[in-house]
Amino acid sequence: MSLKDKVAVIGVGCCKFGENWTQSQEDMLVEAAYDAYGDARIEPSQIQAAWVGIQYASTGMAGIGLADPLKLYGIPVTRCENFCASGMDAFRNAVFSVAAGVYDIVMAAGVEKLMDAGSRGLPGTGGGHPFIGGVSAPGMFAMAANRYMDKYGITKETMGKVAVKNHYNGAVNPKAHFQREVDLETVVNAPMIASPLGRFDCCAMTDGAAVAIICRADMANKFRDDPVYVKGLGLSVYTGQPNYDPNFDYLGFSSTQHASSEAYKQAGVSNPRKEISFAEVHDCFTITEILNYEDLGFCNKGEGGKFIEEGISSIEGELPVNPSGGLKSFGHPIGATGVRMIYELTKQLQGRADGRQVKNPELGLAHNLGGPGSVACVAILGW
Amino acid sequence: MVGIRSFGGYIPKTRLARDEIAKAWGSGSMGGEKAVCNHDEDSLTMAVEAGINCIEGIDPKTVDGVYFASTTPPYKEKQSSTLIATVLDLGRETITADFTDSLKAGTTALRAAMDAVKSGSAKNVVVATADARPAEPESMFEQTFGDGAAALLISDQDVIATIEETYSIADEIVGLYRRDSDNYVRQFSTKFDSQFGYSANMVEAVSGLLKKSGAQPGDITRACLYAPDPRSLLGVAKALKLDAKTQLQDPLFLGVGDTGTPLSLMMLVNALEKSRAGDTILVASYGDGSDAMLFKVTDNIETISPRRGIDAYLNSKMPIGNYEKYVRYRNLMQKDKGTPFSSATLLWRERKQNLSLYGVKCGNCGQAQYPMNRVCLKCGKRDKMEELKMARKGKVFTFTLDYLASGPELPVPRTVIDLEEGGRIFLQMTDCDPQSVKIDTQVELTFRKIHEGGGFKNYYWKSRPAMG
Repeated sequence: MSLKDKVAVIGVGCCKFGENWTQSQEDMLVEAAYDAYGDARIEPSQIQAAWVGIQYASTGMAGIGLADPLKLYGIPVTRCENFCASGMDAFRNAVFSVAAGVYDIVMAAGVEKLMDAGSRGLPGTGGGHPFIGGVSAPGMFAMAANRYMDKYGITKETMGKVAVKNHYNGAVNPKAHFQREVDLETVVNAPMIASPLGRFDCCAMTDGAAVAIICRADMANKFRDDPVYVKGLGLSVYTGQPNYDPNFDYLGFSSTQHASSEAYKQAGVSNPRKEISFAEVHDCFTITEILNYEDLGFCNKGEGGKFIEEGISSIEGELPVNPSGGLKSFGHPIGATGVRMIYELTKQLQGRADGRQVKNPELGLAHNLGGPGSVACVAILGW
Repeated sequence: MVGIRSFGGYIPKTRLARDEIAKAWGSGSMGGEKAVCNHDEDSLTMAVEAGINCIEGIDPKTVDGVYFASTTPPYKEKQSSTLIATVLDLGRETITADFTDSLKAGTTALRAAMDAVKSGSAKNVVVATADARPAEPESMFEQTFGDGAAALLISDQDVIATIEETYSIADEIVGLYRRDSDNYVRQFSTKFDSQFGYSANMVEAVSGLLKKSGAQPGDITRACLYAPDPRSLLGVAKALKLDAKTQLQDPLFLGVGDTGTPLSLMMLVNALEKSRAGDTILVASYGDGSDAMLFKVTDNIETISPRRGIDAYLNSKMPIGNYEKYVRYRNLMQKDKGTPFSSATLLWRERKQNLSLYGVKCGNCGQAQYPMNRVCLKCGKRDKMEELKMARKGKVFTFTLDYLASGPELPVPRTVIDLEEGGRIFLQMTDCDPQSVKIDTQVELTFRKIHEGGGFKNYYWKSRPAMG
């Protein structure tokens, strides 16, 4: 059974991403949700169920993390936590509930308040193992970068071009965290975070919230004449301890490969390079975007470097990737990111991505990756 | 005959030039350098490494005793020898004891091991001794003290040196001491202790030993005499009619320092490394009296397989750049620390995995894997696992240098290691120049302090570049 064309996105909302010192998670959720209500032209009381992606308990616990700020009382509200893919998994659960015929109109939200944690990198989640496991996010992807550089001979410059591209796109996006371009020299010479990844190879710490309102496909035109439809949705989980798996090659993530092939199958996509018009992918680190090109089937194994070098993923390119600015420039409030990608896909497909609009998009792909490559979620939206 | 069956040594790779200490305080330098525990080492981890070296090539299940000797055990209440026995992967029927509170604890432990073997109550006893003594900043001890370890396997089979005679004296004196409330080693009067403690006790014990055994000073091939400093040692040698040039074993002062409890046994290990069958070795320690012992090297010295004693470590070194780093390593200046998570119950369940370093091998597909798990990560079969002792050698599959870690040395190399006999493990790397880490770097595993989460000492393995 395919999900294709059963569910429509009728409204999206997003707050300004950034170091939102003066805003609480409530402020950001209220902004994003009322932006989405307005976009969908519905009243809050029309929401029948909701899911919210939150990674850190300090941002919010349980369903009340969303229900309390929005006063969404009396309906089912569920917190969804699946590492950095929490937001898109919230969207996925919302879509399934509508596709199953249980609800007509539901909300998928994502939020993270990282700056209140006061840590230099992502805050700890507490518990876990005293010493087995434990690598920072930059550390994990840096180990992939070292292996990839050794195998395919790409340089820091190649990775740096991902940052240059995404900052170029984000520079004109009014809701992006960093609305400024960076040059390659700055990226390559930035202080090291986890070798070979420097500061500009890494996405920053960002606060933000995003909301999508979805409904049954057959009623979408009642709300607007340009709804977009869910064509495919896949999620895949692999090990949380890849560093102990003797068969893991660090050259890509099985989770992304499986989630995307599932989504392609549902959407009827057989040649993603040709059929996907543009993509919002999980560029938590520059190397990750290069690995994503390959894992998503945009190019062959080992050709991710060429893909960025040749400008295929630039906004004017054949397959623009991260026209929003991506996690690098738009920001990555963990639980919010997956829903923020749905926001961007919708705006682009509707031709409402001012200043960063890709040409004549028909199918957009969003890809959310969590943990040390442990969980990936891929959504394909289109007309 | 009861004697030494095997030996092992250990000296921390990190060294501090005495000139750096002198520079910090504007005082005179005694010259040379001292070995200093890396920030992730203590007496227990050093004893573990010496112990591992000592039982190299010997089935650990045949070792039935561990005596640990130190004045600086990591716990005031809780035995270190039991943890060492677990890391060495000895059987449960092992007698363990900690000998402490005196610099002669090492030789006393050795004598107790000898008595245990002689009486038949134990067959193979590891005596592992180590110290990392706290020296008061700006004191003479700060320059003289160094850190190190030695281990000896006492047995009545395959001995490389028989224990010919022992002679001990107990002498009450307030020489070196450290009260429960003291941060540093104290000495009431250096001159007094040197004359009426150290020199008097050493001369009395060695003279007594020679008399008891019927040996003459000239019979001694190597004299391993504890020495707080080289000058005091010369005085003792002269009184005992030992020739400083030909008979005295190097007290390691210039390169290592006065390591305290293990020193005389480190010297013994160093002597054994160069000895020939028929050599006579004298050992004497000092601390609230003295233990003196006479060993005779046997033919087995020619056939014992190579192992790491003192020589292997003497030139394997890495300078601590400056005094300030030493201050951090030694916790002399405290930075605010986080409180890492740990759980004594969780670690108790995993002790075989984390301490003895066992993983599993799938009985269905043969995949070696670590940490232990029940459903095979390769073939998915449930509960077909056999325990597998992981190799402590391997090479770097990939790595990163972590610049955001906390700790006195940044960046912290984090390494994914493919182990020699299968399985993969993810470990911090220590004792290295981070910038030299590469894919395929050969490494070995070393047992270290990780943190004090949960309010207790968490020990685990790290990687380090393989020694030659």
